[in-house]
Amino acid sequence: MAGYNLSFRRAPSMSLLQKLLQVNWAIVLLICALAGVGAGMLYSAANANMDPWAERHLIRFAVLLVLLIGIALTDIRIWFRFAYPAYFITLILLVGVEFKGTVGMGAQRWIDLGVIQLQPSEVMKVTLVLALARYFHSLSLEDVRRPLYLLFPLFLVLAPAGLVLKQPDLGTAAMLVLAGGALFLLAGVRLWKFLLVAAGAGAALPVAWNFLHQYQKNRVLTFLDPSSDPLGAGYHITQSKIALGSGGVFGRGFLEGTQSHLNFLPEKQTDFIFTMLAEEFGMVGALGLIGLYLLVFIYGFAVALTSSNHFGRLLALGLTVNLFFYVFINIAMVMGLLPVVGIPLPLVSYGGTAMLTAMTSFGLILCVRVHRDISIPRRGLQGEVV
Amino acid sequence: MSRARTEEQNRQKSFTRRALLLGSAKVGLLSVLGARLYYLQVVDAERYRLLAEDNRISMRLSAPRRGRIIDRNGIALAVNRQNYQVHLVAEQAQDVDQTLDALTHIIHLDSEDRVRVKRDIAARRSFVPVRVKDNLTWDQVSRIAVNSVELPGVFVEAGQSRHYPYGPTLAHIVGYVGAVSEQDLTGDPVLELPGFRIGKNGIEKVHDEELRGRAGNTQVEVNAVGRVMQQISRVEGQPGHDVELTLDMGLQNYAHQRLIGERSASAIVMDAFTGDVLSLVSVPSYDPSAFTRGLSSSDWRSLVEDPLSPLSNKAISGQYAPGSTFKMVVSLAAMEHHIGPQEEVYCPGYMDLGNHRFHCWRRGGHGRMHMRDAIKQSCDVYFYDIAKRLGIDAIASMARRMGFGQTVGIDLPSERTGLMPTEDWKLANIGERWQGGETLIQAIGQGYMLATPLQLAVMTARLVNGGKAIRPHVTRRIVGVENITEEVKEESPDLGLMPLQVKSILDAMDAVCNEQRGTAYSARIHLPGWEMGGKTGTSQVRRITASERAAGIVRNEDLPWRRRDHALFVGYAPVHNPRYVCSVVVEHGGGGGSVAAPIARDLLIETQRRDPMDAMPPSPLAGLKE
Repeated sequence: MAGYNLSFRRAPSMSLLQKLLQVNWAIVLLICALAGVGAGMLYSAANANMDPWAERHLIRFAVLLVLLIGIALTDIRIWFRFAYPAYFITLILLVGVEFKGTVGMGAQRWIDLGVIQLQPSEVMKVTLVLALARYFHSLSLEDVRRPLYLLFPLFLVLAPAGLVLKQPDLGTAAMLVLAGGALFLLAGVRLWKFLLVAAGAGAALPVAWNFLHQYQKNRVLTFLDPSSDPLGAGYHITQSKIALGSGGVFGRGFLEGTQSHLNFLPEKQTDFIFTMLAEEFGMVGALGLIGLYLLVFIYGFAVALTSSNHFGRLLALGLTVNLFFYVFINIAMVMGLLPVVGIPLPLVSYGGTAMLTAMTSFGLILCVRVHRDISIPRRGLQGEVV
Repeated sequence: MSRARTEEQNRQKSFTRRALLLGSAKVGLLSVLGARLYYLQVVDAERYRLLAEDNRISMRLSAPRRGRIIDRNGIALAVNRQNYQVHLVAEQAQDVDQTLDALTHIIHLDSEDRVRVKRDIAARRSFVPVRVKDNLTWDQVSRIAVNSVELPGVFVEAGQSRHYPYGPTLAHIVGYVGAVSEQDLTGDPVLELPGFRIGKNGIEKVHDEELRGRAGNTQVEVNAVGRVMQQISRVEGQPGHDVELTLDMGLQNYAHQRLIGERSASAIVMDAFTGDVLSLVSVPSYDPSAFTRGLSSSDWRSLVEDPLSPLSNKAISGQYAPGSTFKMVVSLAAMEHHIGPQEEVYCPGYMDLGNHRFHCWRRGGHGRMHMRDAIKQSCDVYFYDIAKRLGIDAIASMARRMGFGQTVGIDLPSERTGLMPTEDWKLANIGERWQGGETLIQAIGQGYMLATPLQLAVMTARLVNGGKAIRPHVTRRIVGVENITEEVKEESPDLGLMPLQVKSILDAMDAVCNEQRGTAYSARIHLPGWEMGGKTGTSQVRRITASERAAGIVRNEDLPWRRRDHALFVGYAPVHNPRYVCSVVVEHGGGGGSVAAPIARDLLIETQRRDPMDAMPPSPLAGLKE
């Protein structure tokens, strides 16, 4: 932050120390608590072993915590500036996955950048919100109500969603569309337009069905009728429900979940980790975790409502909504309320890129908080060297 | 300035309203999660706790009924037979020996069976059924049922076994099913059922997935040791699809009977326009049912080691030098390179190239020959001459268009590619430059070249249909799924042959059979309107040395079988409105005209008589019958 020659209109440049004081450390502690719950469950999932998941989960978290603070302290106008470039770089990576990606679990999702393997679709969940926030920041409410102005943001949402759908990753594609939709809503797009799109989507459903892969069709069919595939996904859901239900109010106790420890539970370290928690800690533990998330979401709302720049408002709430969808879809899925889609529980599930996404999101939310008094002109930052 | 501020305020207000809207939606959604948690973990907790603690849900699969294989007229070629098996549950039998003794009065049990049953019982938990004997007669089944009081724990289970009514006649096409091996496991749980059979060869293998169907399953609750407590749900399986072949079983039977007298031979009858294989025979054959039952290792060894290789489908995987049947390809290449059919070559009975002399099959020579005569009398020197002018690569490129040197894509396993040599091929694989003399040998279908009987039939079909690259196939349709004959018809690309040139070749093939001095004149079809056209081929399996030639060529009949020539013939009928094509290869049979052509004649007569494609004009006598 040193070395920038900033000429602020209203808020003067803050020193690093000032910024550090502005960071809401209670929320950072809350985030640590979530990761701690994750590590505990991963320890249990490996039958009381730090290896292979819990230890790496904590190391990743520690590294990413530094990143989170770094993001929070970076001037929000830098994020404003880099919103489009970040988005388009991610989009290029997504296209790259099409041609050079590694196939894992039957879908092309990973790209090898030499140093790390990355899931561009995960990164897109953040950069899409950045780009949309950047775009709607520059529109007045009247502009937003003109359909022509919605073409570009529609492209911003549909291009990556289409690419991700082709990988094929139905869950992430749906997440992108939901996050995009949330930003459209927050930006002030008329409600009837949403109804129109929803009606259109409903009408297109039979057509879309034919483009789904067989395993995706199976998942939806299984969801609608679990007995149609009791050996595949239906079996998983049945087992997951048994695990959840058998946990009761207070759970079976840490490391005591029979369903998970006897391997009845699939993917217990990633998608079904909530089931494990609910089996071992019961409804109390499950509601406790949901409560922790709820606190984070409330904080996200508070940040958004108190930001004095529209970009910050949209960014903070967009990312909060994004995280909310993660949590909701994952938990609803393991309870058999939604079809099985590969969506992890932020900070709790094992997985590097998902954690990177979550930590970056939290970092940006904190960043909006730290820089809440900075105003960014609607026409952008022309002339200002950032 | 103030306008901008109002705008900004409006925007913020709208944002706040929308944010609250979104917020309440979220709270609503989270309450749904909470309610669901309450339902699962409080209301239904006891039920799930029981399920988790004392019971596990277990799946019992039931095998789907395998689809039938039928011919184009609906005749069943592979069917399922009800197969009754006796099972024994040790726990209910109490005294196993006593029960087995009682059972021996009804069905024959040798000591081997008893040892196996006792071993299986010892290996499993006492409530798991053990198979005692299968393939019971109905009489035995009913006697077990009547005596059930004396046979505690014994019950009869109905299973399915595959049956091939036509046995060896169809073994190479229909194939057989067999036990699932380690490599076959794909994760489909039905494959792990004890006694499940999957296609191992032929159509059974190619269309295994369609024939297999989907397993039914029963979800049962089992307790901690695996005993069934209660049935939760039952989903009936989906039977496999029937597969309809292009074969005409009557023709297939006839062809098999006609060929069975030869030691080792194969023949194909095909529709030139659709690629429907009407008959495909390879002798000797084997009994596919033996594989379904399970083959003893000595039987297996004798099949594999048989020098006549009954397991191999020679019609698609036998590779032979095509001999003179290749001359049509050379002629086509010549005409495309502007060597007209009227150009004449003088045949003195040999041709010298370098310091080597290449002989015509006819020692005295044929005299002046143009293309039609050269094909009709199979003059070698004529083809030496034009091949020398064309060069090997021009010939090879036409041969590839006609289907040689690659698989033609029939829907049966283990089709071979044959071999179509080129200059590059020789340099890469033998490491030597191509010799001019090798081009001459190639022109009469000898040398490096290898072709399958299927490729010969396909070449003939592509002539007859005017240059459509049809793909031969034995599957006509998968009932209720797809129509393969239609698909093939639509996807056949045009080879770009000139109609007049093709016509002149077909005309020469007509002459081969129906004009005096034609090499297949003695095997011609006498029935008016049913005449065939064709081309003979006799391919040497050894080189005739100069000293042998000097001593006079030994007649084939006087040679040991292994050293005799292969007899080949390709033909089509009816000659004036061609529809059906046929290729015949008799291994070490002798002359193409004397051995292969009569077989092809009989097959083509029978084909036209049965007329599976409804292509023949109604007989002029038909109206006079009454």
